[in-house]
Amino acid sequence: MTRHRDCGELPPVVALLTKPLPRRPLELILTRLVRQFVERRPELIERLGPTAQVPIAVVPTDLPHAFIVNLDGPRSRIDVVASDQATSAAARIEGPLLILLGLFDGSYDGDAAFFSRDIAIEGATQHVLALRNTLEEADLTPAEFAGLSGNLAEIVNRRTAEALGLARRLLGAPAADIRATPEHGR
Amino acid sequence: MSLQAETAAPFELVCPAGTPAALRAAVDAGAHAIYCGFNNETNARNFPGLNFSEAEMAKGVDYAHRHGAKVLVAINTFARAGSVEIWQRAVDAAAEAGADALIAADLAVLEHAARHQPGTRLHLSVQAAANTPEAIRFYTETFGVKRVVLPRVLSVEEIARLNREIAVETEVFVFGGLCVMTEGRCALSSHATGKSPNLTGVCSPPDHVAYEENADGTLLARLGGFTIDRFAAGEPAGYPTLCKGQFSAMGKTGYLFEDPVSLNAAALLPALRDAGVTALKIEGRQRGKAYVSSVVRAFRRAVDALARGEPETDLAGELAALAEGGRQTTGAYRKTWR
Repeated sequence: MTRHRDCGELPPVVALLTKPLPRRPLELILTRLVRQFVERRPELIERLGPTAQVPIAVVPTDLPHAFIVNLDGPRSRIDVVASDQATSAAARIEGPLLILLGLFDGSYDGDAAFFSRDIAIEGATQHVLALRNTLEEADLTPAEFAGLSGNLAEIVNRRTAEALGLARRLLGAPAADIRATPEHGR
Repeated sequence: MSLQAETAAPFELVCPAGTPAALRAAVDAGAHAIYCGFNNETNARNFPGLNFSEAEMAKGVDYAHRHGAKVLVAINTFARAGSVEIWQRAVDAAAEAGADALIAADLAVLEHAARHQPGTRLHLSVQAAANTPEAIRFYTETFGVKRVVLPRVLSVEEIARLNREIAVETEVFVFGGLCVMTEGRCALSSHATGKSPNLTGVCSPPDHVAYEENADGTLLARLGGFTIDRFAAGEPAGYPTLCKGQFSAMGKTGYLFEDPVSLNAAALLPALRDAGVTALKIEGRQRGKAYVSSVVRAFRRAVDALARGEPETDLAGELAALAEGGRQTTGAYRKTWR
């Protein structure tokens, strides 16, 4: 699959520097965080429906690594593989890392990113849609994913938003359209 | 009493929500009313991961009411013979949640609502395709319908004429997906996949949709095994709906019914007000919070500007990135293609 726009792509040096990094430690950390997250938010797995049993490949086009996501309750896991080995998944979503992160936290609209060809999807479309809609409802913030709360959570979210905003401006990605606000209580 | 009268604006802005998070985003962005539905086949946006459980609906209504907004619950598919209970339960659950109105199209659903939930306002869904004074009068006289959502095939002049002949509110689409068929009676999706928005709540069901990108960057969109469109490398893409697919006929290949394009009638708000329209509807319950927030904010600004007597607003540039195929149209409202 080819990308057609360089919208928000990380510089090639990032791929070069991250290529030798061992994948296993990242895999363990992400799996642990995602299991804790779904334990805190079981309603999201209910919303995901049958897609919870389906592996979905998330492939940043500007990194040498891909992520196979399984959100099957306590058996949830994230496998980190080489981009060209993300073939075992039932569905695949790919695009620049900054765009994918914006889809995960709801800053970008998934349909708009698809219309503009900033992302591409392949495979079982219904699972990509279910995952996208579930993430929309998750109102996912970096702090919540990491299991942080209180002042530390606010600081982490604010700093991450500033860093992502700066990266988007520098790399020509679209500006984020929305941020989760504290009054968005569940 | 009109819902619009309580807003002190020339229109009531009716905004989409496919998830509780989108509902909160719409409320926070300035929606006067939010329309949404349950996570089952009673809802014409019955997509995976989308919509509300009964408990989520009650919480959503509470959030909207606390912020001065209304919730209109869409129970807008056609009840299946032998399974009417699902639709009846949806009506009762929406009323129990405190919904401000129900949006329905099916006679059995309207009858159940009118008989068993007489205190809940009824709006006639666009799925009923009621676009004549006679049809609208039937629904108002039989079920007490207070508002009609008009099909997206009428010009502004036709809407004005219709409004002069009926005694109920009208609501029109002003932004988003552009359905050019006689809604509620379109069989294109059924033909290709066996499922339709009218019965199961899904147009182009995602389990029948497949995308394939060739090595040269060409994107092929397939529905039910049919290749319905092809986008060159870098060319903006659209939804995998047959009405916006390309067809070959009489030696020519092209978009037969409609191009991949979104409706944007922001520039027509003064004309729609003069035509007697009560409410403006933004399409897009399948869209994300970012879309909801941006479009609602933009249209609320436009409605407020109109209330202040400021000149017409053009939101085309601001909303282009959110439009299907990256393009916008005023659709049938300015029927230049006729």
